[in-house]
Amino acid sequence: MIYLQLLWSFIQIGLFSIGGGYAAMPIIQHQVIDIHGWLSMQEFSDIITISQMTPGPIAINSATFVGIQVAGLPGALVATFGCVLPSSIIVMSLAYIYYRFKGLEAIQSILQGLRPAVVAMIGSAALSLTALALCGEDWFSSNIDYTNAAIFIICLIILRKWKPNPMFVMAGAGILGLIIGLLT
Amino acid sequence: MNSKAQRLMKLFWSTFGISAFTFGGGYVIIPLMQKTFVGKLKWIENNEMLDLTAIAQSSPGPIAVNAAILVGYKTAGKTGALISTAGAVLPPLIIISIISLFYQAFRDNRYVSLVMSGMSAGVAAVVIDVVITMGWDILKSRRITAIAMMFIAFILAAFFSVNVILIILAAGIVGYIQYIMKRKKA
Repeated sequence: MIYLQLLWSFIQIGLFSIGGGYAAMPIIQHQVIDIHGWLSMQEFSDIITISQMTPGPIAINSATFVGIQVAGLPGALVATFGCVLPSSIIVMSLAYIYYRFKGLEAIQSILQGLRPAVVAMIGSAALSLTALALCGEDWFSSNIDYTNAAIFIICLIILRKWKPNPMFVMAGAGILGLIIGLLT
Repeated sequence: MNSKAQRLMKLFWSTFGISAFTFGGGYVIIPLMQKTFVGKLKWIENNEMLDLTAIAQSSPGPIAVNAAILVGYKTAGKTGALISTAGAVLPPLIIISIISLFYQAFRDNRYVSLVMSGMSAGVAAVVIDVVITMGWDILKSRRITAIAMMFIAFILAAFFSVNVILIILAAGIVGYIQYIMKRKKA
């Protein structure tokens, strides 16, 4: 039963995360936290953080992580399988259409129409992650974590200004968090 | 070993290697695949790789996995697609499985928890930075429908917790209507 739930959830994640990379984030948040409660917001934030530091797409990393937490290694395999199943079918159909008709125009214009909504939803998920990092599980509560707020602002300025590899920014943020935490 | 098996082995280890060293999301994997499959192995032509990239980006799911499926399908048919998907998925599967095993003990450690807390602020900044760049591109495009859609979708998702799948479906329909209208004009 739990395997079927995992499979169906990650099929939906695979099917509706359109636009690559962070586009999977809001769908995973919706399925895994809001609907099934398999992860807390804190654990979700952790897996996004881990995803940034390890190779592999966020969706696959989350599938493995959630699968193991909920139903062990078989759960991880089922969730990962579900995650790649829709794209395998769709990608191969599109490849067939491409080799047969050489036409991708319709698909690409629909995709362009989708883009603003995808950006908006990544923005919404980004807002949850920021709220969690700065205010804890209690959304927009008054007890702001000033250490994290400072780290957040410094990182954002550095990212906007010099566009470094995000991995280095995250590593720096971690080290800064450790140093300030030990000093205070 | 016959040449087909050899080709499949090479396909598997190529996608496995590319996937194991792709930090930082799907857009990084495309140039790596180009280097391997167009440059080194010469299994795919340059123009074709560009089109396959467009397909990988147009399809749902992780771009890295989509690209691997296409490259595998092109070089060795359905078996190839299966093999290259396995190659692309296994490295993150193995790495995250190992991390998951230690996650709880790891998370309870005071030093680790301080580092993770700092990194959570860092990851928030990284994602906000991406959103600013993407959102700015849409504002710059000056397409009223797109800008309106972005704001409406954001308000629905962030403040009214509307199901994200519904928002994507609705946006897809709007995109399709725009396409039909553009074709009528042309």
